[in-house]
Amino acid sequence: MNKLDANNVNVFYGSNKVIKDVSISIKQNTVTAFIGPSGCGKSTFLRLFNRMNDYIDTFKMEGKIEIDGSNIYDKQIRVEELRKQIGMVFQKPNPFPKSIYENVIYGLRIQGIKDKKILDESVEQSLKQAALWDEVKDKLKDSALALSGGQQQRLCIARTLAVQPTVILMDEPASALDPISTAKIEDLIYQLKSKYTIVIVTHNMQQAGRISDKTAFFYMGELVEYDETKTIFTNPKQERTLNYVTGRFG
Amino acid sequence: MPRIKEKVIEVGLASAAVITILTTIGIIWVLLSQTIDFFSDVSIVDFLTDTQWTPLFADKHFGILPLVAGTFLTTFIAILVALPVGLTIAVYLNEYAPKSFRKIIKPLLEILAAVPTVVYGFFALSVITPFLQSIIPGMAGFNALSSGIVMGIMIIPLITSLSEDALFAVPKSLREASYGMGSTRLQTAFKVMVPAASSGIIVSVILGISRAVGETMIVAIAAGQQPRLTMNPLVPIETITTYIVQVSTGDVAHGSLEYKTIFAAGMALFVFTFILNNISYWIKKKFQEKYE
Amino acid sequence: MNSSKINRIKDNAFKYFGIACTVFGLAMLAIFLGNIIIEGIARIDWAFITNFPSRNPDKAGILPALVGTLWIMGLTAVIAIPLGIAAGIYLEEYGKKSKLATLLEINISNLAGVPSIIYGLLGLEIFGRIMGMGGSLLAGASTLSLLILPIIIVSTREALKAVPSSIKEASFAMGASKWQTVWHQLLPASFGGVITGIILALSRAVGETAPLIVIGALAYVPFVPASPTDEFSVLPIQIFNWISRPQKGFAINAASAIIILLMVTFIMNGIAMYLRNRWQKKVKW
Repeated sequence: MNKLDANNVNVFYGSNKVIKDVSISIKQNTVTAFIGPSGCGKSTFLRLFNRMNDYIDTFKMEGKIEIDGSNIYDKQIRVEELRKQIGMVFQKPNPFPKSIYENVIYGLRIQGIKDKKILDESVEQSLKQAALWDEVKDKLKDSALALSGGQQQRLCIARTLAVQPTVILMDEPASALDPISTAKIEDLIYQLKSKYTIVIVTHNMQQAGRISDKTAFFYMGELVEYDETKTIFTNPKQERTLNYVTGRFG
Repeated sequence: MPRIKEKVIEVGLASAAVITILTTIGIIWVLLSQTIDFFSDVSIVDFLTDTQWTPLFADKHFGILPLVAGTFLTTFIAILVALPVGLTIAVYLNEYAPKSFRKIIKPLLEILAAVPTVVYGFFALSVITPFLQSIIPGMAGFNALSSGIVMGIMIIPLITSLSEDALFAVPKSLREASYGMGSTRLQTAFKVMVPAASSGIIVSVILGISRAVGETMIVAIAAGQQPRLTMNPLVPIETITTYIVQVSTGDVAHGSLEYKTIFAAGMALFVFTFILNNISYWIKKKFQEKYE
Repeated sequence: MNSSKINRIKDNAFKYFGIACTVFGLAMLAIFLGNIIIEGIARIDWAFITNFPSRNPDKAGILPALVGTLWIMGLTAVIAIPLGIAAGIYLEEYGKKSKLATLLEINISNLAGVPSIIYGLLGLEIFGRIMGMGGSLLAGASTLSLLILPIIIVSTREALKAVPSSIKEASFAMGASKWQTVWHQLLPASFGGVITGIILALSRAVGETAPLIVIGALAYVPFVPASPTDEFSVLPIQIFNWISRPQKGFAINAASAIIILLMVTFIMNGIAMYLRNRWQKKVKW
């Protein structure tokens, strides 16, 4: 069954058309990678799924985006509810300037949950899932800003997991990290797949090849090709895809 | 209903912001209604052309000119002090001074700006006036000169900090280009940097003027309370603001002609500062567009 | 002499002129503080602080004015802080690009340039007469609140602007509403800047004289104000009153009261500067 569906999506910034008639279907419990040269629209497209583009003044969208068959741009939809269901991890780690504990429970706190037991459990469980628990369990009250970049990013993932989303969007989550931290994040993504549907934007093609089931190649706002990752990297149908994955441009 | 709660909060925040608009409307309404009332008793032609201002005397004259003259005389002296000194300090700090020096000077200038104006008034009356009297024999104990000078000292930090911001905003490449052609620091400062920052510097001067025009306590304490149509800085004068204070410290019944005069005087003051502020706002907007 | 030599001399001459101007400003500050301290410090004792004003300069004290200043500071804070922060939040986070926001912005920048004595005229008519507060503490504090509102609004906006947008994005992405984001993230993160602006604004209010004279604050108060509806005096008005008297003894009293007033404003400014520095150092995202 399809978790996410985009049908004939166009996006404009002012009169500038940045996404051109893109349609894509993403299955549950899979990892999908969006690749393409910078400026190709892959991040913009990713941010359509949790409506983060709404804050851009000149943003306009046509077409339909659905989660579990319901249109997320429908007037009835509450953006806040949608985002509890679809979490997001950003390019640069962006922990809140608060303690590690407060970071993880932020999502629950704004839902009005005050029960200490539930919060404590959620912190432990989320940090364990994000493979961070052992490193921080003794300093939960310390500032999150004191963590290393890789730890911060895993904290941001834990923070996202704590609200129990079904989809996690990741916008180049490892691009600001060192190789060891990157490897940890990639392992984590692989483990999370069993419970979540993950969409990841990356400019690193080896990374896409290592972690994703399906890969979508974007170029100049168009979805050029979307297929099994193996096919995209070994036997693409489009010449532009071939040129990109073999490093001839981009 | 979280959505309603959000809306209520937004409306609450907006109403706090709207208070600022009500303030402006309130100011204009208060000044206008009392001034219109005032002009039903006094002819507007007299107000603008009569050369005497004696509303508190038996022989009443309502010519605003002496108050305007006093206001402009003290303002002129203040700018004469503040512009060269303030701008020089700004150029010096930006082009010559070592960074560590700047770090010490700027907070000290901020202290100068934080001193309440009543304290400046005391300074003018008890230090500057006796000092000037020892140099200029025959100078009156209350005069425009010493209050103007002290007002200038008060405005120096304003002109310095705004001009320095303007100089700082000039792209570094311009300065480097000037040095690259063999200019000295002085030539770079006054032939390249100051012209490039001119709009910001003009804004600082206009705001300085506006500040001086509206300044009250220094002149109320040190300039005397004698409305006089003169440009002589050595004799007592009265500014618009001083007149308002003078009436307020006495006992004036609401609705009397004297009561209305302070609003008419306030209206004149408001119009002057309003024009000055809008000119500076307009220059600032234009200036921003140029750099973006 | 060739022209490059002349240029170098001019360059150096200006350097010393620049130093001279800077020193001039600082020397004025020094003379000014020195003179006041020499004249006034000896007069300050416990009786000076706890006595009422008097015809006899040696027996006069500042108690009612000092208490009045504290009342005014407190009441102004209570009125102006919530309004200023709320308006600042609205302009920075909600009202962006609407017509109302543009109008508000122009209006606030205009209000910041209106002479304080004009606020006095506003307060005299609106608070004093129409709302019937007369020359009470409440009328004074309301007037000063309107006066410092633009300062608080502008500094609140600056502080909110300094919070990186990634924090805001992260909060929105977690499903937080706008207000939740403001309340849980933006306000705590910008706290230092907001507080700094508030202290500077209040220190401005403490030093104001003209608007309070206009609304009818008293020069001679033989009692300590005990409620917001009481009439009052404040330190700057007491100082103004003493300066206006011919006797030397009152000039000394004025200098002594100025020392107390300056201590209050300098301490407030010092705290503000300290907080600003600490906050700037702490916040490295």
